[in-house]
Amino acid sequence: MQKEYTITVYTEDRIGITNRITIIFTRRRINITSLTTSETEIPGVYKFVITVLATRELLDKVVLQIERLIEIHRAFVHEEDEVVYQELALYKVSTKSLQNGNIERLIRDNHARILTIAEDYFVIEKTGHQQELLDLLKKLEPYGLIEYTKSGRVAIVKWSRRFHEHLKNLSQKQADNLPPGTTHPESNKAGISL
Amino acid sequence: MQQKDVLPMKTEKSDKRPAPAPVAEPITGAEAVIRSLIAEGVDTIFGYPGGAIMPIYDALYDFQVSGQVNHILVRHEQGATHAAQGYARSSGRTGVVFATSGPGATNLVTGLADAYMDSTPMVAITGQVAAALLGTDAFQETDVIGITMPITKWNIQVTRPEDIPGAIAKAFYIAKSGRPGPVLVDITKNAQFGKLDFAYEACEYIRSYHPKPVLDLEQIDAAAALINASKRPYILCGHGVLISDAQNELIAFAEKAGIPIASTLLGLSAVPVDHPLYVGYLGMHGNYSPNINTNECDVLIAVGMRFDDRITGDVSTYARQAKVIHIEIDEAEIHKIIKADVGVHADAKEALQALIGKIEPKETKEWLASFKELDKQEDEKVRNKELYPTEGELKMAEVVRLISEKTGGEAILVTDVGQHQMVASRYYGFKSPNTNITSGGMGTMGFALPAAMGAKVGKEEREVVAIIGDGCFQMTLQELGTIYQSKIGVKIVILNNNFLGMVRQWQQLFFDRRYSSTEMTNPDFVQIAKGFYIPGKKVSERAEIGAAIDEMLSTPGAYLLEVVVEKEDNVFPMVPAGAPISTIRLD
Repeated sequence: MQKEYTITVYTEDRIGITNRITIIFTRRRINITSLTTSETEIPGVYKFVITVLATRELLDKVVLQIERLIEIHRAFVHEEDEVVYQELALYKVSTKSLQNGNIERLIRDNHARILTIAEDYFVIEKTGHQQELLDLLKKLEPYGLIEYTKSGRVAIVKWSRRFHEHLKNLSQKQADNLPPGTTHPESNKAGISL
Repeated sequence: MQQKDVLPMKTEKSDKRPAPAPVAEPITGAEAVIRSLIAEGVDTIFGYPGGAIMPIYDALYDFQVSGQVNHILVRHEQGATHAAQGYARSSGRTGVVFATSGPGATNLVTGLADAYMDSTPMVAITGQVAAALLGTDAFQETDVIGITMPITKWNIQVTRPEDIPGAIAKAFYIAKSGRPGPVLVDITKNAQFGKLDFAYEACEYIRSYHPKPVLDLEQIDAAAALINASKRPYILCGHGVLISDAQNELIAFAEKAGIPIASTLLGLSAVPVDHPLYVGYLGMHGNYSPNINTNECDVLIAVGMRFDDRITGDVSTYARQAKVIHIEIDEAEIHKIIKADVGVHADAKEALQALIGKIEPKETKEWLASFKELDKQEDEKVRNKELYPTEGELKMAEVVRLISEKTGGEAILVTDVGQHQMVASRYYGFKSPNTNITSGGMGTMGFALPAAMGAKVGKEEREVVAIIGDGCFQMTLQELGTIYQSKIGVKIVILNNNFLGMVRQWQQLFFDRRYSSTEMTNPDFVQIAKGFYIPGKKVSERAEIGAAIDEMLSTPGAYLLEVVVEKEDNVFPMVPAGAPISTIRLD
C-alpha cells in the first residue's frame, strides 16, 4: 500500500549528488514530496532527508539502488513511527491583524512564535508535522496572510545507537575529494550503520 | 530491520602495476592523461579526435610513435565504445575510449548504456570546453556529465590539471571492481593545457564504495541446507560467473551434486556446451527443456544473473514451486525481480568455493533424464530441421552449425541483435570461456562489427567471427574503414534475409502479418567490403556454403561472407513477451 515514508541518505560532498539520487526516483516514477539536505556534524558528509509516497516493497529496492551509487555511504527507509521529525513553516501576516486580540491566542495555542515585526507585516514561525503547519495556515488565513512557506523534513531515527560514532570513524578516513591521493591503509574498515 | 552490520569490508586485491616514477618536470594535463593510462597498463585506446580533446591527442602522438600505446581511429564514436566493450570482454581488461566534447560525447551514449547494462568495464575520456565556458552554450559544449549520469557506474568532470591522475585512478578502480561498468571522465580543455607535478598512485579504496562484499557464511550454510535437501536442484549461470572467473568452481560445484546447469545469454561460454550437466540456454528464444524445467525444479540456484524479463517471462508464474538461492555481487539485484529465499551477497567465485565444501553428493539421474526427454521434442520439432535441412533456402542455424564445426567451437563469437543473434546463441558450440560477445541487456543493433574489432585487438591469437544481420550491419558498417586501416583480422558473416527479421517475426505472430517497415532493399555487401579493400563472397546455395566458410577462415586478415538465408524464417522455441515460460512454443 502507498504510504508516506522518510528516506535518509548519507553521501559524500560532491557536485551532482542530488541529481544522482533523484534520477533513481524518477526512473521508478516516484514523486519526491520533500527533500532536505545539509552537511552532518562531520565535515564532508551530507545527509538527505527525502519524503515520498510509495510502497515499502518498492522503496526497499530503491534504497539499494541508491546505495549502489559510488558516493553514497548508506540509505535507509523509515516508517513514520521509526523517526522523530519536524518541519518548519513561516507565515507572513499583515500587521493590521495584531489589533485583533485573537491572534495572540492563536499563536500561543499553536506553540508558534513571532520572529519579526515590521511596520506593515510580521512573521510567525512554527515547527511541527505537516498537518499542524497546515492547520495553523488555515487559521491565519482570515487575518490577512501575505505569504506562507514550509521547509522539508528533518528527522532522527529512534533506533540508531552508535551513529555519531560511526560518522566520526568515517571522518578519520580520507574523504572522497580530489586531491589528495585515494588509497587508505584502513581500507577494510569501511561502511557505516545506524 | 536495517541494522545490518556492514563492517568490515575488504577491498579487492590490486593487480595494478607498481606506481611509475614521478616525472621530474611539470607536465601538461594532457600528458598526464596518457601517462596515467600507461600506469594503468592500458595498451589500446579506441577513439576519435576533435577540438576539445586535441591537447590529449597531441600528447598521445609521442607515446604512439614510441610504441607505448596503440590508438585505433574508429569511424564513429559509437564504434569506439562497442570496440572497447569487445576488447574488455575478450581480454578481461578495461576498455578505453577517447572522444571530443559535444557530438563526440553524445555519440558515446549508446555504448555507455550498453556497457552499463552488460556490466562491462570501460573508461571513456571526453574533452570538454574550457572551464570558464561551462554552462554558456559554448561551441561543442554539452552537459555530458548530466547526460551520462544514469548510464555510467560513475562519472566526473575534471577542471584542474592536478586532479587528472586521481580522477583516472578512481575511474579504473570503479570500472573494474565489484560489478564492473562504464565510467566517464570529462576533462576541460584548460585542465588539459595546464601543468601539474605528475605522480600516479593507483586507487584501491574509496570510503563510500564497497565493491567486494564479505562472504556471509550463514548465507552459505542456508544455501547449502536448501541444496542438500533438494531433489531437483537447478543452476542458472549468468554473466557474473565469467566476470568473477568462476566457471571452474561452478562446474565443480555442479558435478559434486549432479546439478544441471542452464545459461543466460551473457553466461554462454562459461560452461562448455558438451558438458554432461549443461542443459542449454534460457529465455525467450532459449532451449525448451531449460525453460520448462525452471518451473519444475525444487531449488533454483541463480549465480551472477539478474532475472531479466527475457529470462523470466511472466514473473508471477516464474519458478513459484522452487526455493530460490541468488548469488550476486550487486546487492540491489537480490530480490529486485525474484524474491530469494536465500540471498548470497557475494562474489560468485568466493561463494561457490565456500559452497562446494558444504554440499553433499546426490542422486539426480531422473531429474537429468527429464531434460533429455524434453530435448527430444525440441530436436524433433525444431533442431533437426533447422540444423540439417536438405532442401529449401539456407537456414541461419545450419550456417551457424557449420561455422561452429569449422572453428571447433573455439572462435570468439560476436553477435548483433535479432534473429541471427538468437540462432547463433542457440547453435554455436561454445568450448572456452569468454568467447561469446553480444549486446544482451540493451539489445543494441550495430554492436557486432565494432565489438568484433575490439575483441580481436584484445585477443589477437583467437579467431573472431562476427555474425551479423543485414539490418544491424548497416547501422555501423563504416567501421569497415577501421578494420582496413588498423588491419584487424575479423571474419564477418552477414546472414541476409532482407528483413529486420525479429521485428518481422513478431509482426507475423502478433501483428497479423502486417510487415510495417521491416523489409529491406539492401546494397551489395561484397562490393561495399571491396570498397574498403576487404575480400568477400556472397553465397546462397547449400552446396557452396561449407567451402565458402573454409575460404573465409583460411583467408588471412579480415573477410566478409554474405549468406543469403530464408527470408521469412522464424526463431523457435519462443516464449511470447510477458507470458509464463511454461507456455514456450516449439512452433
